[in-house]
Amino acid sequence: MTVTPVDPQPALTLTARALRRRRARRRFTARPLAVAGALGVALVVIFAVFAPLLSPVDPNAPNFDTVLAGPSPHHLAGTDQLGRDVLSRLFYGARSALLAGVLSTLLATVVAVPVGLLAGYYRRILDAVVMRIMDVALAFPFLVLAVGLAAVLGPSLVNATLALGIAQIPVIVRITRGEVLAARELDYVAASVVNGSGSATIMARQILPNVLSPVVVQATLTIPTAIVGAAILSYLGLGVQPPTADWGAMLSEARIYLSQAPWLGVFPGLAIFLTALSFNLLGDGVRDALDPRMRP
Amino acid sequence: MRWYLTRRVAASLLTLFLATIVVFLGVRALPGDPAVALSAESNDPAVVAAIQHKYHLDEPVVSQYGHWLGLALTGDLGDSPLTRLPVSSVLANRIPVTVELTLLALVIGLVIGVPAGVIAAVRPGRITDYLASGVALAGLSIPHFWFGIVLILLLAVHLHLLPAAGFVPILQDPVSNLLHMLMPAFVLGAGLAAVIMRQTRSAMLESLGADYIRTARAKGLSEWSVVTVHALRNSLVTVVTVFGLQLGALIGGVVTIEQVFDIPGIGKLTLDSVFQRDYPTLQGVVLLTAAAYILVNLLVDLTYTVINPRIRVTGAPT
Repeated sequence: MTVTPVDPQPALTLTARALRRRRARRRFTARPLAVAGALGVALVVIFAVFAPLLSPVDPNAPNFDTVLAGPSPHHLAGTDQLGRDVLSRLFYGARSALLAGVLSTLLATVVAVPVGLLAGYYRRILDAVVMRIMDVALAFPFLVLAVGLAAVLGPSLVNATLALGIAQIPVIVRITRGEVLAARELDYVAASVVNGSGSATIMARQILPNVLSPVVVQATLTIPTAIVGAAILSYLGLGVQPPTADWGAMLSEARIYLSQAPWLGVFPGLAIFLTALSFNLLGDGVRDALDPRMRP
Repeated sequence: MRWYLTRRVAASLLTLFLATIVVFLGVRALPGDPAVALSAESNDPAVVAAIQHKYHLDEPVVSQYGHWLGLALTGDLGDSPLTRLPVSSVLANRIPVTVELTLLALVIGLVIGVPAGVIAAVRPGRITDYLASGVALAGLSIPHFWFGIVLILLLAVHLHLLPAAGFVPILQDPVSNLLHMLMPAFVLGAGLAAVIMRQTRSAMLESLGADYIRTARAKGLSEWSVVTVHALRNSLVTVVTVFGLQLGALIGGVVTIEQVFDIPGIGKLTLDSVFQRDYPTLQGVVLLTAAAYILVNLLVDLTYTVINPRIRVTGAPT
């Protein structure tokens, strides 16, 4: 007698998934603040990509005739201590903010999800070892860990991105592992086991798609933290180095000129704030769309 | 309960032990030779060799770690090559400054966050809810070091209401101390308030929809009593948990805020030791931070078991 394997994921599940996706999209677009966040993020991406076209002048070109000039029709956001156009530097600064913020979170997710998946699926010794390592990493506050790693790696945008990425890994591992622990007890996983599917197939086809929502939510909500973290590292001299245009580095360079040229402190900070706010609004929207139960 | 406590304390001690290894190896991974740094950048090979021998830097790493841990357990974290002072006494001088700043920030965070969360939850969907939630979201997004800079520009440079930066010991002049601490503590507390507000609102909304609240109202209790005595009390578990989770952000915030406001606490010491390559101090300060973080999280977990009796019954938090 031959046993015909039962497909644990019939076509109906795919339709259900497509429906879920459509509902999530509707929930997202129904929230004006989430849409505003998405537009804000899109705007920052446009600034970063088209910085050479949007910038009135070269962001690193000094002009000693217009040192510390206030905002005017010629220089909408004023000039800095070297006469460089602040608006141009703000456009170019969006590049490092996005690179460090988004790439570090992406790096952390790519590393942490498989680790959390394996730990949660196999449990026992692997889980104990992984979680102990994560506990130790979590014993160091995010920023202290990022500062320490950036100091070890040396100050640069790439190293700041790496440092921020590594510092984010423990939280994402924990979330993934927690979700996997819950998911592997569900009926459809048991059905796959009975059906004779291998561990790799079960993890990739059954568990992973079902634990991705909270991970995506966490990642989206972590991006603004990473963007602010990158600005802090640059402000402290551990990230992007002058003369490269970077919002954190711009604030750091502006420190001694703030009383005479307050715009140097206001505009880069506003850029960081509005970018982080846009990502937070987007993250809240994604969370409500994918998993409304998680809404605070 | 006892088994849970023992297990939780043992796990914390193991984490702390592993953290010492990370700190030790991490500091050794920093660029530059620690012996050269300890010799105040002397290039004399004899001096460097003598320092290597004195601090066991010429021995295998495991042996170096053993020496360092043994001394650390007795409170001897070595001397700073820059100031020639024992690291433990430098830390002892800086700890009260950071503790004061953190406690003030915590008070500000709770005083703003809890009532704002309650007010938002009591009238969900109203203007107060939108206002509190909007301010909280802004508080979460604002880079605190920049918020500090803006406040300095506004309150110190333009309005001359508060000192721009610096620190006065509390025993020397309590009023001046408070005036100097007000801005940094507010900046640090604002971020905490935003998180506490959002979590309090969420927990209160859940509590206010529960059956026991309907029962309390049916008994004829005043709305004030229903909200504060019943709903808020049950929502406090969330606030305590949030505090544990936010402590890391608070310690991280201290690093930048102390730098912006020139406060001689642990945060500023961390950065100073990174930039001056003062390895013994950096080792001590990071170890202290990790130990404090582990200890407070342990205390938060224990408080959690006191507030939430279900944990005592089941033996572990979910």
